Amino acid sequence: MFSGLREKVGQVLVPGDEFCLEIPETLSLSEPMKPEKVLLGPGLKRKGDRKLLVVKSGVLRHKQPHVFWVENQQRRYVPARGETVIGIITVKSGDVFKVDVGGSEQASLSYLAFEGATKRNRPNVQVGDLVFAQFSVANQHMEPELVCVDSAGRANGMGVFGAGGLLFSVSLGLIRRLLRPRSDVLSDLQKLLPCELVVGMNGRLWARASSVQQTLVVSNLLQSCDTMSPPQRQQLFRRAAQGAL
Amino acid sequence: MSDSKLSKNLLRMKFMQRGLDAETKKQLEEDERRIISDEHWYLDLPELRARENLILEERSLVSCEDLKYGRFSFQGFNPEKLMVMMNPKEEEEDKQEEEVSCMQLDVTDEEMALRYESLVGSMRKKFSRKRDQTSEDVDIKRVFLKPQD
Repeated sequence: MFSGLREKVGQVLVPGDEFCLEIPETLSLSEPMKPEKVLLGPGLKRKGDRKLLVVKSGVLRHKQPHVFWVENQQRRYVPARGETVIGIITVKSGDVFKVDVGGSEQASLSYLAFEGATKRNRPNVQVGDLVFAQFSVANQHMEPELVCVDSAGRANGMGVFGAGGLLFSVSLGLIRRLLRPRSDVLSDLQKLLPCELVVGMNGRLWARASSVQQTLVVSNLLQSCDTMSPPQRQQLFRRAAQGAL
Repeated sequence: MSDSKLSKNLLRMKFMQRGLDAETKKQLEEDERRIISDEHWYLDLPELRARENLILEERSLVSCEDLKYGRFSFQGFNPEKLMVMMNPKEEEEDKQEEEVSCMQLDVTDEEMALRYESLVGSMRKKFSRKRDQTSEDVDIKRVFLKPQD
């Protein structure tokens, strides 16, 4: 049904390309007619009933059984529901914190959205703190909202953090490469130094190692290996392993 | 007061509901429902089935590419964080235990000595009986002191 899309997997698409989902012309009487669903990831939008429109330029990717998306490179983050990001608290007003996540507007974080927080027991959050939180509401019509608990009420690693580390920003492509199931960058970094890393999907990274110099080494490595090919990156990491430590 | 004399509106009020028995309650509810369903308008059209959308949209990359959770700890730097990838629930408990043990180690020897000084006195007072208490006070004789000019 979506053979046109399948052919283009791995090829470069540009905004404005359209795909039409065809209806099979022959209906088999023996098998029940099961309409196949298509799940569109970022970069693809639905247009009408059976048409797809490409809205980002990049390479088309496919995952079984029927997930398609366009992989592209950008630095500007657009909030999406369910993504975990690193935010900076900017305003503390009454019951709600305003958090800067690098999007077009600041997200709101309620003080009750922390683990073990009640009206009497407020969380210890100050202006300027770093929080690792998840979007509960994020669309183009409403102000984005963050929470620091999952649906069961547990923190799950989210919340305020950041004593003694360094926050820096990288492109979204590197973030994706770090968070992939079998990531080369992450395994290279693992062999290098003992350190702690928090990855926010809004392009922000926070790193902490045992000394200030090592923390700077980690941050410089990650920022520079953004635009490198794998062999260059491995050479860089090897040089860092010999030189800095 | 029998039920027939009171109006239906009065019977429907909350403070009257406790006095009523189950039957009259049911009667009232049925009458209400009948009135409401008669008042509702409905279109006399054939049933339209909503068309299933074959194309679903997903805004986030997390489910597309199976991205991992964002906190990592390498070479045992922060041992609790290592567990986040595999067992996110255990992480918070470990952190709390560590905090408690850290606080206990922070009491210095001086503080312990100071505390024991006061502790001995207060423990002695606790076990002294009433007769012993009064004898202590009698020792201090209170005499009137003339104010000096």
